[in-house]
Amino acid sequence: MSLELVCPAGTPAALRAAVEAGAHAVYCGFRDETNARNFPGLNFSPDEMVEGVRFAHAHGAKVLVAINTFARAGAMDAWKAALTNAEKAHADAVILADLAVLDHAATHHPNLRLHLSVQAAAATPEAIAFYADTFGVKRIVMPRVLSVEEIAKLNAAINVETEAFVFGGLCPMTEGRCSLSSYATGKSPNLTGVCSPPEHVAYSEDKDGTATRLAGFTIDRFGAGEPAGYPTLCKGRFAAGGKTSYLFEDPVSLNAASLIAALAKAGVTALKIEGRQRGKGYVAEVVRTFRAAVEAIDAGGTEVEVGRLLAGLVEGGRQTSGAYKKTWR
Amino acid sequence: MTKTGLSLGPVLFNWSADRLRDFYARIADEADVDRVHLGEVVCGKRQPFTDRLWPELIDRLTAAGKEVVLSTLALPYNPRERASVRDFCEVGLVAEINDLTALPAVAGRPFLVGPFVNVYNEGAARFLAGRGATGICLPVELPAASVTVIAAALPEVEFEQFAFGRLPLALSGRCYHARLAGLHKDGCQFVCDRDPDGLAVDTLDGQRFLAINGIQTLSHGFEAFCPTPDDLGKLGVRRLRLSPHTCDMVTVGRLYRALLDGKADRAETLAGLRALDLPGELVDGFSRGEPGSARVEMA
Repeated sequence: MSLELVCPAGTPAALRAAVEAGAHAVYCGFRDETNARNFPGLNFSPDEMVEGVRFAHAHGAKVLVAINTFARAGAMDAWKAALTNAEKAHADAVILADLAVLDHAATHHPNLRLHLSVQAAAATPEAIAFYADTFGVKRIVMPRVLSVEEIAKLNAAINVETEAFVFGGLCPMTEGRCSLSSYATGKSPNLTGVCSPPEHVAYSEDKDGTATRLAGFTIDRFGAGEPAGYPTLCKGRFAAGGKTSYLFEDPVSLNAASLIAALAKAGVTALKIEGRQRGKGYVAEVVRTFRAAVEAIDAGGTEVEVGRLLAGLVEGGRQTSGAYKKTWR
Repeated sequence: MTKTGLSLGPVLFNWSADRLRDFYARIADEADVDRVHLGEVVCGKRQPFTDRLWPELIDRLTAAGKEVVLSTLALPYNPRERASVRDFCEVGLVAEINDLTALPAVAGRPFLVGPFVNVYNEGAARFLAGRGATGICLPVELPAASVTVIAAALPEVEFEQFAFGRLPLALSGRCYHARLAGLHKDGCQFVCDRDPDGLAVDTLDGQRFLAINGIQTLSHGFEAFCPTPDDLGKLGVRRLRLSPHTCDMVTVGRLYRALLDGKADRAETLAGLRALDLPGELVDGFSRGEPGSARVEMA
């Protein structure tokens, strides 16, 4: 079976761009704290979701709705409404992380197909079987801690589909288990659906260049004239043990394009591209390229041919294949 | 009113067998805590060194009247680690699960839920209680407003809050001690054993910020949540957790016991903690709904 390409849609315009560029599925969220990209200017109103699903279905693509944050205590209504609105919009699946939201969905929306978000960090056959048996989860978005060999073994031990991130931003921390952002800023993916939020970011110039800060903590420094990157906490430079380094992760993004064939062989059902905060031009280009690569692999293309197709994407920022190769650890 | 419980959480750091033996012997003899967690929760690679210690330490602590809980690994993934999670749950003592991998192994018996499991609302707590959870140590970043709502919804569950020690903030598939030493995790040489309280991580401007402990990232600051009995009553929290460090944990236990019993006030407790000369500033922002790094305000 052919690999399904799951593409980001931060806005209705990005959704249309991704679908037209060849996405088999897009994922998106509502404009509130129920989804883990709760940034200003992004996401969908319930009406936009209805329209987005209609557009995608008319073009033969699926829509997966991310309701993948942890419901705030005493405020479950927003998450319940998101499930209701996703079902009303005829979404093909919802992507969930919170036990309370999963439990509610399984009980009150038995016709909704459930996918498990990477935020749930389910990395073992036992945990995955628990979600499948208890809530009827059909697909797991895999935590980015497993190597390709481990993914193959995992797929042999479970009876649900798996989806693997192949391109875009990369968390070196286990997602859904990270409170670094809230330690500095009070806001985090699990609490508020954001990491290293822009309202806490400051760029300050002095005689040595530019310091990028998050809630007053210096995340990196750049020389005069050097472009200053966004201060994502875990991609900063720090001093430890007498050394200054990108201790947690270099300022790189994930590119597992060279591993698509290996991931397919490891039993992965879907490939996921990160980037709901990206514009439609970027989304269209990445989707088009990955779609061509997936089709080349289906047609028995060699790694060289696939590599040539994806070569255009590796310009600019530095990239890594992340945990898929064991040496990353 | 029942006495507020005081727990000694699992040792998060790579301590030698000798250090662990000495530490728990003193805890057994002198510490004013009623529950002690044993088990390696951070790194499966350390387990072969510590697993053989637990039987004698369980006996030692139980004989001293402590309730012993076995805490399971927070991020298991290889077959040996998964087997260890199962084994810990089947010893016959109460297990604290730190990942849902352990749920099948505790099926049908009471268990505890550790701070690495995401319980952010009353629905998640209710779900776990329905599966047999009798106590839940809530995630460290959870603000008091959420704690209050969750605890009020489930009076039958004993809610616990992380009160003392460097805050466990993140886990990774990657080992930062190994990376810093130019090694890979598979050949890490166990270099994390050089830093029994974690290795300080400073910003380029010299600000104290974080600490690393193998695959774990902690706060540089030491959580020092010092509630009055009245505060705890309002929160609905019935147990506090002290996380082991190389400082005098017997004194830490004594300070907190006095605070919980209303025999010392917050200022006295904080003064006592400051006198320990900890390798980090005192913080308590999370409990106030602020950034976790916010310093303790003196009473």
